[in-house]
Amino acid sequence: MNQQFEERRAKFLAMGLKRKGKGPVFAPKPGLDPQFEKCPQCGMAVRKDQWHQGYNVCPGCGFHRPIGAYDRLRMLLDDGAFREFNSALTGRDPLSFPGYREKLAALRTATGLQEAVVTAVGKIYGFPAVVAVMDSRFLMGSMGAAVGEKIARVAQLAQKKKLPLIIFCASGGARMQEGILSLMQMAHTAAAIEEFQCSGGLYIACLTNPTTGGVSASFAMLGDITLAEPGALIGFAGPRVIEQTIGQKLPEGFQRAEFLQDHGFVDAVVPRGELRDTLGQLLSLHGRKR
Amino acid sequence: MIQHLTAQQRLALARSPQRPGPMDYLQGLFTEFFEQRGDRLQGDDPAIFGGIARYHGRPVTVLGTRKGKNLEENLRTHFGMPEPEGYRKAQRIMAQAEKFRRPIITFVDTPGAYPGLEAEERGQADAIARSLTLMSRLTVPMVAVICGEGGSGGALALAMGNEVLMLENAVYSVLSPEGFASILWKDAGRVAEACEVMKITARDLRKLGVVDEVIPEPENPENLTTRLRLVDAAITKHLDAALRLKDPARHRQEKFAAMGRAWIQGGNP
Repeated sequence: MNQQFEERRAKFLAMGLKRKGKGPVFAPKPGLDPQFEKCPQCGMAVRKDQWHQGYNVCPGCGFHRPIGAYDRLRMLLDDGAFREFNSALTGRDPLSFPGYREKLAALRTATGLQEAVVTAVGKIYGFPAVVAVMDSRFLMGSMGAAVGEKIARVAQLAQKKKLPLIIFCASGGARMQEGILSLMQMAHTAAAIEEFQCSGGLYIACLTNPTTGGVSASFAMLGDITLAEPGALIGFAGPRVIEQTIGQKLPEGFQRAEFLQDHGFVDAVVPRGELRDTLGQLLSLHGRKR
Repeated sequence: MIQHLTAQQRLALARSPQRPGPMDYLQGLFTEFFEQRGDRLQGDDPAIFGGIARYHGRPVTVLGTRKGKNLEENLRTHFGMPEPEGYRKAQRIMAQAEKFRRPIITFVDTPGAYPGLEAEERGQADAIARSLTLMSRLTVPMVAVICGEGGSGGALALAMGNEVLMLENAVYSVLSPEGFASILWKDAGRVAEACEVMKITARDLRKLGVVDEVIPEPENPENLTTRLRLVDAAITKHLDAALRLKDPARHRQEKFAAMGRAWIQGGNP
Protein backbone atom coordinates (compact mmCIF):
# COMPACT_ATOMS: atom_id res chain seq x y z
CA MET A 1 0.00 0.00 0.00
CA ASN A 2 2.82 2.39 0.93
CA GLN A 3 4.56 1.63 -2.36
CA GLN A 4 1.46 2.62 -4.27
CA PHE A 5 1.07 5.88 -2.35
CA GLU A 6 4.70 6.74 -2.91
CA GLU A 7 4.37 6.27 -6.68
CA ARG A 8 1.29 8.46 -6.74
CA ARG A 9 3.03 11.13 -4.74
CA ALA A 10 5.99 11.08 -7.12
CA LYS A 11 3.70 11.49 -10.13
CA PHE A 12 1.75 14.28 -8.50
CA LEU A 13 4.86 16.20 -7.52
CA ALA A 14 6.42 15.67 -10.96
CA MET A 15 3.35 17.23 -12.55
CA GLY A 16 3.73 20.28 -10.37
CA LEU A 17 7.36 20.56 -11.33
CA LYS A 18 6.64 20.37 -15.05
CA ARG A 19 4.17 23.21 -14.81
CA LYS A 20 6.52 25.36 -12.81
CA GLY A 21 9.72 24.10 -14.44
CA LYS A 22 11.58 24.16 -11.17
CA GLY A 23 13.65 21.76 -9.19
CA PRO A 24 15.92 21.88 -6.22
CA VAL A 25 19.39 23.22 -6.70
CA PHE A 26 22.22 21.75 -4.79
CA ALA A 27 25.15 22.40 -7.03
CA PRO A 28 28.14 20.17 -6.42
CA LYS A 29 31.35 22.10 -6.06
CA PRO A 30 33.16 22.12 -9.40
CA GLY A 31 35.58 19.29 -10.01
CA LEU A 32 36.16 16.17 -8.03
CA ASP A 33 37.39 16.63 -4.53
CA PRO A 34 40.18 14.12 -4.07
CA GLN A 35 39.83 14.24 -0.31
CA PHE A 36 38.08 11.49 1.56
CA GLU A 37 36.21 11.69 4.82
CA LYS A 38 35.34 8.64 6.86
CA CYS A 39 31.74 7.92 7.80
CA PRO A 40 31.53 8.22 11.59
CA GLN A 41 29.14 5.25 11.71
CA CYS A 42 30.40 2.60 9.27
CA GLY A 43 33.91 3.90 8.71
CA MET A 44 33.61 3.87 4.91
CA ALA A 45 35.89 6.38 3.18
CA VAL A 46 33.66 8.68 1.12
CA ARG A 47 34.90 11.35 -1.28
CA LYS A 48 34.07 14.86 -0.10
CA ASP A 49 32.07 15.70 -3.22
CA GLN A 50 30.06 12.51 -2.72
CA TRP A 51 29.21 13.61 0.78
CA HIS A 52 28.13 16.92 -0.66
CA GLN A 53 25.99 15.50 -3.46
CA GLY A 54 24.38 13.03 -1.11
CA TYR A 55 23.29 15.81 1.25
CA ASN A 56 25.86 14.59 3.78
CA VAL A 57 24.27 11.15 3.94
CA CYS A 58 26.70 8.21 3.86
CA PRO A 59 26.22 6.23 0.63
CA GLY A 60 27.30 3.08 2.49
CA CYS A 61 25.17 2.97 5.62
CA GLY A 62 22.80 5.93 5.31
CA PHE A 63 24.28 7.76 8.30
CA HIS A 64 23.07 11.39 8.36
CA ARG A 65 25.92 13.81 9.06
CA PRO A 66 24.99 17.34 10.12
CA ILE A 67 24.21 19.72 7.28
CA GLY A 68 24.70 23.48 7.30
CA ALA A 69 21.65 25.73 7.45
CA TYR A 70 22.28 27.33 4.03
CA ASP A 71 22.97 23.96 2.38
CA ARG A 72 19.73 22.70 3.88
CA LEU A 73 17.79 25.60 2.37
CA ARG A 74 19.43 25.10 -1.02
CA MET A 75 18.64 21.39 -1.15
CA LEU A 76 15.09 21.94 0.02
CA LEU A 77 13.72 24.92 -1.85
CA ASP A 78 12.76 25.41 -5.50
CA ASP A 79 15.76 26.68 -7.48
CA GLY A 80 17.62 26.66 -4.18
CA ALA A 81 16.21 30.16 -3.84
CA PHE A 82 15.14 31.87 -0.65
CA ARG A 83 14.87 35.28 0.91
CA GLU A 84 16.49 35.42 4.29
CA PHE A 85 15.22 37.82 6.92
CA ASN A 86 16.49 38.98 10.28
CA SER A 87 19.91 37.84 9.10
CA ALA A 88 21.58 40.53 11.19
CA LEU A 89 19.68 39.76 14.38
CA THR A 90 22.20 38.70 16.99
CA GLY A 91 22.40 38.28 20.73
CA ARG A 92 24.48 40.08 23.31
CA ASP A 93 26.15 38.91 26.46
CA PRO A 94 23.72 39.20 29.36
CA LEU A 95 25.90 37.41 31.93
CA SER A 96 29.16 39.02 30.77
CA PHE A 97 30.26 35.42 30.45
CA PRO A 98 34.04 35.16 30.10
CA GLY A 99 35.04 34.49 26.49
CA TYR A 100 31.48 34.41 25.11
CA ARG A 101 31.81 37.43 22.82
CA GLU A 102 35.09 36.16 21.40
CA LYS A 103 33.58 32.74 20.84
CA LEU A 104 30.62 34.22 18.96
CA ALA A 105 32.93 36.35 16.80
CA ALA A 106 35.12 33.35 15.95
CA LEU A 107 32.09 31.21 15.08
CA ARG A 108 30.69 33.92 12.81
CA THR A 109 33.91 33.97 10.87
CA ALA A 110 34.28 30.19 10.78
CA THR A 111 30.70 29.30 9.79
CA GLY A 112 29.43 32.37 7.94
CA LEU A 113 26.41 32.28 10.24
CA GLN A 114 25.35 35.15 12.47
CA GLU A 115 23.43 32.96 14.87
CA ALA A 116 22.41 29.32 15.35
CA VAL A 117 19.28 29.64 13.23
CA VAL A 118 18.65 30.97 9.71
CA THR A 119 15.14 32.15 8.86
CA ALA A 120 13.88 32.51 5.31
CA VAL A 121 10.95 32.39 2.92
CA GLY A 122 11.03 30.09 -0.11
CA LYS A 123 9.00 27.61 -2.12
CA ILE A 124 8.77 23.84 -2.18
CA TYR A 125 7.21 22.47 -5.39
CA GLY A 126 5.75 25.91 -5.90
CA PHE A 127 4.24 26.12 -2.42
CA PRO A 128 5.54 29.09 -0.45
CA ALA A 129 6.57 28.50 3.14
CA VAL A 130 8.41 30.19 5.96
CA VAL A 131 11.41 28.08 6.92
CA ALA A 132 13.76 28.21 9.90
CA VAL A 133 16.87 26.03 9.94
CA MET A 134 19.06 25.55 12.98
CA ASP A 135 22.74 24.86 12.54
CA SER A 136 24.54 22.65 15.04
CA ARG A 137 27.93 24.11 14.09
CA PHE A 138 27.01 27.29 15.94
CA LEU A 139 27.38 26.48 19.65
CA MET A 140 25.52 23.19 19.17
CA GLY A 141 22.54 25.08 17.77
CA SER A 142 21.82 26.31 21.27
CA MET A 143 18.96 28.72 21.94
CA GLY A 144 19.70 32.07 23.52
CA ALA A 145 17.79 35.34 23.29
CA ALA A 146 18.51 35.81 19.56
CA VAL A 147 17.51 32.29 18.52
CA GLY A 148 14.34 32.52 20.61
CA GLU A 149 13.47 35.88 19.09
CA LYS A 150 14.08 34.63 15.53
CA ILE A 151 11.90 31.57 16.10
CA ALA A 152 9.13 33.75 17.55
CA ARG A 153 9.43 36.11 14.60
CA VAL A 154 9.15 33.34 11.99
CA ALA A 155 5.95 32.25 13.67
CA GLN A 156 4.64 35.82 13.56
CA LEU A 157 5.71 36.23 9.93
CA ALA A 158 4.05 32.98 8.91
CA GLN A 159 0.90 34.10 10.71
CA LYS A 160 0.90 37.50 9.04
CA LYS A 161 1.54 36.09 5.56
CA LYS A 162 -0.76 33.10 6.18
CA LEU A 163 2.00 30.70 5.15
CA PRO A 164 2.96 27.31 6.54
CA LEU A 165 5.92 27.22 8.91
CA ILE A 166 8.66 24.59 8.74
CA ILE A 167 11.36 24.46 11.41
CA PHE A 168 14.42 22.22 11.15
CA CYS A 169 15.55 21.65 14.70
CA ALA A 170 19.18 20.86 15.49
CA SER A 171 20.07 21.90 18.98
CA GLY A 172 21.59 20.73 22.22
CA GLY A 173 19.10 22.94 24.07
CA ALA A 174 19.27 26.23 25.91
CA ARG A 175 22.42 28.33 25.53
CA MET A 176 24.28 28.06 28.81
CA GLN A 177 26.24 31.27 28.24
CA GLU A 178 23.04 33.34 28.41
CA GLY A 179 21.80 31.69 31.60
CA ILE A 180 18.20 32.08 32.67
CA LEU A 181 17.31 34.23 29.65
CA SER A 182 17.89 31.16 27.47
CA LEU A 183 15.48 29.22 29.67
CA MET A 184 12.86 31.92 29.20
CA GLN A 185 13.10 31.45 25.43
CA MET A 186 11.31 28.13 25.92
CA ALA A 187 8.27 30.04 27.14
CA HIS A 188 8.71 32.71 24.47
CA THR A 189 8.93 30.30 21.51
CA ALA A 190 6.22 27.94 22.78
CA ALA A 191 3.84 30.89 23.16
CA ALA A 192 4.61 32.22 19.67
CA ILE A 193 4.13 28.80 18.04
CA GLU A 194 0.89 28.30 19.96
CA GLU A 195 -0.50 31.63 18.80
CA PHE A 196 0.40 30.82 15.19
CA GLN A 197 -1.23 27.40 15.41
CA CYS A 198 -4.37 28.76 17.06
CA SER A 199 -4.69 31.20 14.13
CA GLY A 200 -4.99 28.19 11.81
CA GLY A 201 -1.37 28.02 10.69
CA LEU A 202 0.34 24.76 9.76
CA TYR A 203 3.60 24.08 11.60
CA ILE A 204 5.78 21.19 10.50
CA ALA A 205 8.65 20.34 12.85
CA CYS A 206 11.59 18.46 11.34
CA LEU A 207 13.75 17.01 14.07
CA THR A 208 17.36 16.41 13.11
CA ASN A 209 20.39 15.30 15.07
CA PRO A 210 20.40 16.38 17.88
CA THR A 211 17.13 17.83 19.20
CA THR A 212 17.43 17.86 22.97
CA GLY A 213 16.99 19.94 26.12
CA GLY A 214 15.15 23.23 26.02
CA VAL A 215 14.54 23.12 22.29
CA SER A 216 12.96 19.68 22.39
CA ALA A 217 10.86 20.76 25.39
CA SER A 218 9.49 23.79 23.55
CA PHE A 219 8.90 24.43 19.84
CA ALA A 220 10.42 21.16 18.55
CA MET A 221 7.67 19.03 20.08
CA LEU A 222 4.77 21.23 19.03
CA GLY A 223 4.44 20.46 15.33
CA ASP A 224 1.04 19.79 13.80
CA ILE A 225 3.14 17.30 11.94
CA THR A 226 6.47 16.06 13.26
CA LEU A 227 9.08 14.54 10.97
CA ALA A 228 12.49 13.27 11.99
CA GLU A 229 15.66 12.30 10.16
CA PRO A 230 16.84 8.71 10.61
CA GLY A 231 19.01 8.16 13.66
CA ALA A 232 18.50 11.67 15.07
CA LEU A 233 18.93 11.92 18.83
CA ILE A 234 15.73 13.39 20.25
CA GLY A 235 14.93 13.79 23.93
CA PHE A 236 14.85 16.07 26.92
CA ALA A 237 17.70 14.79 29.07
CA GLY A 238 20.94 13.76 27.38
CA PRO A 239 21.85 10.06 27.37
CA ARG A 240 24.84 10.56 29.67
CA VAL A 241 22.73 12.33 32.30
CA ILE A 242 20.17 9.52 32.19
CA GLU A 243 22.85 6.84 32.52
CA GLN A 244 24.27 8.63 35.55
CA THR A 245 20.80 8.96 37.09
CA ILE A 246 19.67 5.38 36.66
CA GLY A 247 23.11 3.81 36.96
CA GLN A 248 22.86 1.61 33.90
CA LYS A 249 23.59 1.59 30.20
CA LEU A 250 20.79 2.71 27.90
CA PRO A 251 19.43 0.25 25.35
CA GLU A 252 20.52 0.45 21.71
CA GLY A 253 18.55 3.01 19.73
CA PHE A 254 17.17 4.77 22.82
CA GLN A 255 16.05 8.38 22.07
CA ARG A 256 16.67 7.90 18.36
CA ALA A 257 14.14 9.07 15.76
CA GLU A 258 12.82 5.54 15.18
CA PHE A 259 12.36 5.06 18.94
CA LEU A 260 10.37 8.30 19.13
CA GLN A 261 8.20 7.13 16.25
CA ASP A 262 7.59 3.80 18.00
CA HIS A 263 6.62 5.65 21.18
CA GLY A 264 4.17 7.96 19.49
CA PHE A 265 6.04 11.26 19.32
CA VAL A 266 6.98 11.43 15.63
CA ASP A 267 4.67 11.04 12.62
CA ALA A 268 7.31 9.79 10.22
CA VAL A 269 11.04 9.17 10.04
CA VAL A 270 12.06 10.53 6.64
CA PRO A 271 15.53 10.18 5.09
CA ARG A 272 17.07 13.51 4.15
CA GLY A 273 16.85 12.83 0.42
CA GLU A 274 13.07 12.37 0.65
CA LEU A 275 12.29 15.34 2.86
CA ARG A 276 11.65 17.73 0.00
CA ASP A 277 9.07 15.38 -1.53
CA THR A 278 7.41 14.71 1.80
CA LEU A 279 7.21 18.40 2.63
CA GLY A 280 5.94 19.18 -0.89
CA GLN A 281 3.17 16.65 -0.40
CA LEU A 282 2.24 17.99 3.03
CA LEU A 283 2.15 21.57 1.78
CA SER A 284 -0.02 20.55 -1.19
CA LEU A 285 -2.40 18.74 1.15
CA HIS A 286 -2.76 21.90 3.21
CA GLY A 287 -3.35 24.59 0.69
CA ARG A 288 -3.14 26.25 -2.65
CA LYS A 289 -0.21 27.43 -4.68
CA ARG A 290 0.30 31.13 -4.89
CA MET B 1 16.73 40.08 55.45
CA ILE B 2 20.01 38.28 54.96
CA GLN B 3 22.12 40.55 52.80
CA HIS B 4 25.57 39.10 53.04
CA LEU B 5 25.33 35.63 51.50
CA THR B 6 27.13 34.47 48.37
CA ALA B 7 25.19 32.82 45.55
CA GLN B 8 26.65 29.46 46.53
CA GLN B 9 25.55 29.90 50.15
CA ARG B 10 22.04 30.69 48.96
CA LEU B 11 22.13 27.59 46.74
CA ALA B 12 22.93 25.50 49.83
CA LEU B 13 20.06 27.14 51.75
CA ALA B 14 17.68 26.58 48.84
CA ARG B 15 18.53 22.89 48.79
CA SER B 16 18.51 22.33 52.54
CA PRO B 17 16.17 19.45 53.51
CA GLN B 18 15.01 21.53 56.52
CA ARG B 19 13.84 24.39 54.35
CA PRO B 20 10.04 24.80 54.21
CA GLY B 21 8.73 23.68 50.84
CA PRO B 22 5.58 23.92 48.71
CA MET B 23 3.64 21.58 51.01
CA ASP B 24 4.35 23.85 53.98
CA TYR B 25 3.00 26.87 52.11
CA LEU B 26 -0.02 24.84 51.05
CA GLN B 27 -0.75 23.90 54.65
CA GLY B 28 0.03 27.30 56.07
CA LEU B 29 -1.65 29.65 53.61
CA PHE B 30 -4.81 27.89 52.46
CA THR B 31 -7.86 27.11 54.55
CA GLU B 32 -9.12 24.21 52.44
CA PHE B 33 -7.56 21.88 49.92
CA PHE B 34 -8.96 19.14 47.76
CA GLU B 35 -6.19 17.24 45.99
CA GLN B 36 -6.75 16.18 42.40
CA ARG B 37 -4.71 13.19 41.29
CA GLY B 38 -3.75 11.60 38.03
CA ASP B 39 -3.26 12.74 34.45
CA ARG B 40 -6.14 10.57 33.09
CA LEU B 41 -3.67 9.06 30.61
CA GLN B 42 -1.09 7.02 32.43
CA GLY B 43 -0.91 7.53 36.16
CA ASP B 44 -0.33 9.88 39.03
CA ASP B 45 3.04 11.48 39.70
CA PRO B 46 3.38 12.44 43.37
CA ALA B 47 6.25 14.83 42.50
CA ILE B 48 3.57 17.35 41.51
CA PHE B 49 0.53 18.03 43.66
CA GLY B 50 -2.46 20.03 42.58
CA GLY B 51 -6.03 20.76 43.46
CA ILE B 52 -8.66 23.23 44.54
CA ALA B 53 -7.95 25.36 47.58
CA ARG B 54 -9.41 28.33 49.36
CA TYR B 55 -7.21 31.41 49.66
CA HIS B 56 -8.56 34.28 51.77
CA GLY B 57 -12.04 33.02 51.08
CA ARG B 58 -11.56 32.68 47.31
CA PRO B 59 -11.44 29.29 45.56
CA VAL B 60 -8.15 28.99 43.68
CA THR B 61 -6.21 26.24 41.97
CA VAL B 62 -2.91 25.40 43.62
CA LEU B 63 -0.07 23.42 42.06
CA GLY B 64 3.35 22.64 43.35
CA THR B 65 6.25 20.26 43.38
CA ARG B 66 6.70 17.76 46.20
CA LYS B 67 9.86 16.12 47.48
CA GLY B 68 8.35 14.07 50.27
CA LYS B 69 9.13 14.03 53.98
CA ASN B 70 10.78 10.60 54.34
CA LEU B 71 13.03 8.40 52.26
CA GLU B 72 10.19 6.37 50.81
CA GLU B 73 8.43 9.53 49.62
CA ASN B 74 11.72 10.99 48.43
CA LEU B 75 12.24 7.96 46.21
CA ARG B 76 8.69 7.98 44.89
CA THR B 77 9.01 11.64 43.89
CA HIS B 78 12.65 11.32 42.76
CA PHE B 79 13.38 14.07 45.30
CA GLY B 80 10.91 16.40 43.67
CA MET B 81 11.75 15.70 40.04
CA PRO B 82 8.50 15.27 38.09
CA GLU B 83 7.83 12.75 35.36
CA PRO B 84 5.70 13.50 32.27
CA GLU B 85 2.57 12.34 34.13
CA GLY B 86 3.16 15.12 36.65
CA TYR B 87 3.21 17.80 33.98
CA ARG B 88 0.19 16.30 32.23
CA LYS B 89 -1.68 16.24 35.51
CA ALA B 90 -0.78 19.90 35.99
CA GLN B 91 -2.13 20.65 32.50
CA ARG B 92 -5.39 18.94 33.30
CA ILE B 93 -5.74 20.87 36.53
CA MET B 94 -4.80 24.19 34.91
CA ALA B 95 -7.30 23.69 32.10
CA GLN B 96 -9.94 23.01 34.73
CA ALA B 97 -8.98 26.14 36.64
CA GLU B 98 -9.66 28.07 33.45
CA LYS B 99 -13.02 26.37 32.95
CA PHE B 100 -14.17 27.31 36.44
CA ARG B 101 -12.44 30.73 36.37
CA ARG B 102 -10.14 30.03 39.31
CA PRO B 103 -6.84 31.92 39.57
CA ILE B 104 -3.78 29.66 39.71
CA ILE B 105 -1.03 29.79 42.33
CA THR B 106 2.03 27.57 41.92
CA PHE B 107 4.92 26.76 44.27
CA VAL B 108 8.13 25.55 42.66
CA ASP B 109 10.97 23.69 44.33
CA THR B 110 12.53 21.15 42.00
CA PRO B 111 16.02 20.30 40.77
CA GLY B 112 14.37 19.76 37.37
CA ALA B 113 12.34 17.26 35.39
CA TYR B 114 13.34 13.67 36.15
CA PRO B 115 16.00 12.48 33.67
CA GLY B 116 14.94 8.84 33.67
CA LEU B 117 14.53 6.19 31.02
CA GLU B 118 10.76 5.81 31.36
CA ALA B 119 10.29 9.57 31.63
CA GLU B 120 11.95 9.94 28.24
CA GLU B 121 9.96 7.06 26.77
CA ARG B 122 6.74 8.71 27.81
CA GLY B 123 7.73 12.07 26.41
CA GLN B 124 9.25 14.35 29.02
CA ALA B 125 10.02 16.98 26.37
CA ASP B 126 6.51 16.77 24.94
CA ALA B 127 4.95 17.13 28.39
CA ILE B 128 6.95 20.24 29.28
CA ALA B 129 6.40 21.84 25.87
CA ARG B 130 2.65 21.38 26.18
CA SER B 131 2.61 22.82 29.67
CA LEU B 132 4.29 25.93 28.28
CA THR B 133 1.81 26.34 25.44
CA LEU B 134 -1.11 25.82 27.79
CA MET B 135 0.16 28.46 30.22
CA SER B 136 0.75 30.87 27.33
CA ARG B 137 -2.96 30.96 26.55
CA LEU B 138 -4.63 30.45 29.96
CA THR B 139 -7.19 33.20 30.40
CA VAL B 140 -7.15 33.06 34.21
CA PRO B 141 -4.44 34.92 36.17
CA MET B 142 -1.50 32.94 37.47
CA VAL B 143 1.03 33.69 40.21
CA ALA B 144 4.16 31.53 40.49
CA VAL B 145 6.37 31.37 43.57
CA ILE B 146 9.90 29.98 43.25
CA CYS B 147 10.39 28.94 46.86
CA GLY B 148 13.43 26.65 46.81
CA GLU B 149 15.28 25.38 43.78
CA GLY B 150 14.01 26.38 40.34
CA GLY B 151 15.74 23.90 38.08
CA SER B 152 15.54 24.40 34.33
CA GLY B 153 12.58 23.53 32.10
CA GLY B 154 11.13 21.28 34.77
CA ALA B 155 10.61 24.37 36.96
CA LEU B 156 9.53 26.72 34.16
CA ALA B 157 6.78 24.24 33.26
CA LEU B 158 5.01 25.36 36.46
CA ALA B 159 6.25 28.94 36.56
CA MET B 160 4.98 30.84 33.53
CA GLY B 161 2.98 33.17 35.73
CA ASN B 162 1.67 36.67 35.15
CA GLU B 163 3.57 37.41 38.32
CA VAL B 164 6.69 35.46 39.23
CA LEU B 165 7.80 35.79 42.85
CA MET B 166 10.93 34.38 44.38
CA LEU B 167 12.04 33.86 47.94
CA GLU B 168 15.20 35.65 48.95
CA ASN B 169 17.24 32.47 49.29
CA ALA B 170 15.70 30.53 46.45
CA VAL B 171 17.64 29.94 43.23
CA TYR B 172 16.43 29.65 39.64
CA SER B 173 18.63 28.63 36.74
CA VAL B 174 18.85 27.16 33.27
CA LEU B 175 20.83 24.21 34.66
CA SER B 176 22.33 23.26 38.02
CA PRO B 177 25.56 25.17 38.70
CA GLU B 178 27.33 21.78 38.89
CA GLY B 179 26.08 20.86 35.42
CA PHE B 180 26.91 24.31 34.11
CA ALA B 181 30.51 24.10 35.34
CA SER B 182 31.01 20.63 33.96
CA ILE B 183 29.57 21.53 30.54
CA LEU B 184 31.25 24.89 30.04
CA TRP B 185 34.51 24.38 31.90
CA LYS B 186 34.70 20.57 31.98
CA ASP B 187 35.24 21.01 35.71
CA ALA B 188 32.34 20.28 38.05
CA GLY B 189 34.45 21.65 40.90
CA ARG B 190 34.06 25.27 39.82
CA VAL B 191 30.57 25.48 41.35
CA ALA B 192 31.17 28.67 43.33
CA GLU B 193 32.27 30.46 40.18
CA ALA B 194 29.31 29.07 38.22
CA CYS B 195 26.91 30.27 40.93
CA GLU B 196 28.23 33.80 40.59
CA VAL B 197 28.40 34.03 36.81
CA MET B 198 25.02 32.35 36.17
CA LYS B 199 22.99 34.92 38.14
CA ILE B 200 20.83 32.43 40.01
CA THR B 201 19.77 34.48 43.05
CA ALA B 202 16.45 36.22 43.47
CA ARG B 203 18.04 39.68 43.46
CA ASP B 204 20.01 39.02 40.28
CA LEU B 205 16.92 37.66 38.56
CA ARG B 206 14.88 40.65 39.71
CA LYS B 207 17.45 42.86 37.96
CA LEU B 208 17.21 40.76 34.79
CA GLY B 209 13.43 41.18 34.80
CA VAL B 210 12.74 37.47 35.21
CA VAL B 211 11.28 37.88 38.70
CA ASP B 212 8.75 40.50 39.79
CA GLU B 213 9.39 40.53 43.51
CA VAL B 214 11.91 39.13 45.95
CA ILE B 215 10.13 37.86 49.07
CA PRO B 216 12.28 38.45 52.15
CA GLU B 217 12.93 35.54 54.48
CA PRO B 218 13.18 35.69 58.27
CA GLU B 219 16.69 35.75 59.72
CA ASN B 220 15.90 32.61 61.70
CA PRO B 221 15.12 29.91 59.13
CA GLU B 222 12.94 28.05 61.62
CA ASN B 223 10.57 30.98 62.05
CA LEU B 224 7.78 29.54 59.92
CA THR B 225 5.14 32.02 61.10
CA THR B 226 7.04 35.06 59.86
CA ARG B 227 7.96 33.27 56.67
CA LEU B 228 4.32 32.42 55.96
CA ARG B 229 3.23 35.98 56.71
CA LEU B 230 5.77 37.41 54.25
CA VAL B 231 4.88 34.93 51.51
CA ASP B 232 1.17 35.50 52.10
CA ALA B 233 1.54 39.27 51.81
CA ALA B 234 3.47 38.98 48.53
CA ILE B 235 1.02 36.51 46.99
CA THR B 236 -1.98 38.63 48.03
CA LYS B 237 -0.45 41.74 46.50
CA HIS B 238 0.49 40.09 43.21
CA LEU B 239 -2.68 38.05 42.93
CA ASP B 240 -4.64 41.30 43.22
CA ALA B 241 -2.50 42.80 40.46
CA ALA B 242 -2.98 39.72 38.28
CA LEU B 243 -6.74 39.74 38.86
CA ARG B 244 -6.91 43.29 37.53
CA LEU B 245 -5.35 42.30 34.18
CA LYS B 246 -7.71 42.67 31.24
CA ASP B 247 -6.08 39.91 29.21
CA PRO B 248 -3.90 37.66 31.38
CA ALA B 249 -2.94 35.42 28.44
CA ARG B 250 -1.67 38.31 26.32
CA HIS B 251 0.10 39.72 29.38
CA ARG B 252 1.94 36.44 29.91
CA GLN B 253 2.91 36.13 26.25
CA GLU B 254 4.30 39.65 26.17
CA LYS B 255 6.01 39.32 29.52
CA PHE B 256 8.02 36.26 28.50
CA ALA B 257 8.72 37.63 25.02
CA ALA B 258 10.16 40.81 26.51
CA MET B 259 12.71 39.11 28.78
CA GLY B 260 15.25 38.40 26.05
CA ARG B 261 14.52 41.47 23.94
CA ALA B 262 16.85 43.69 25.92
CA TRP B 263 19.65 41.38 24.88
CA ILE B 264 19.34 41.27 21.10
CA GLN B 265 20.34 43.68 18.39
CA GLY B 266 19.80 44.10 14.65
CA GLY B 267 17.23 42.38 12.46
CA ASN B 268 14.28 43.66 10.47
CA PRO B 269 11.55 45.34 12.47
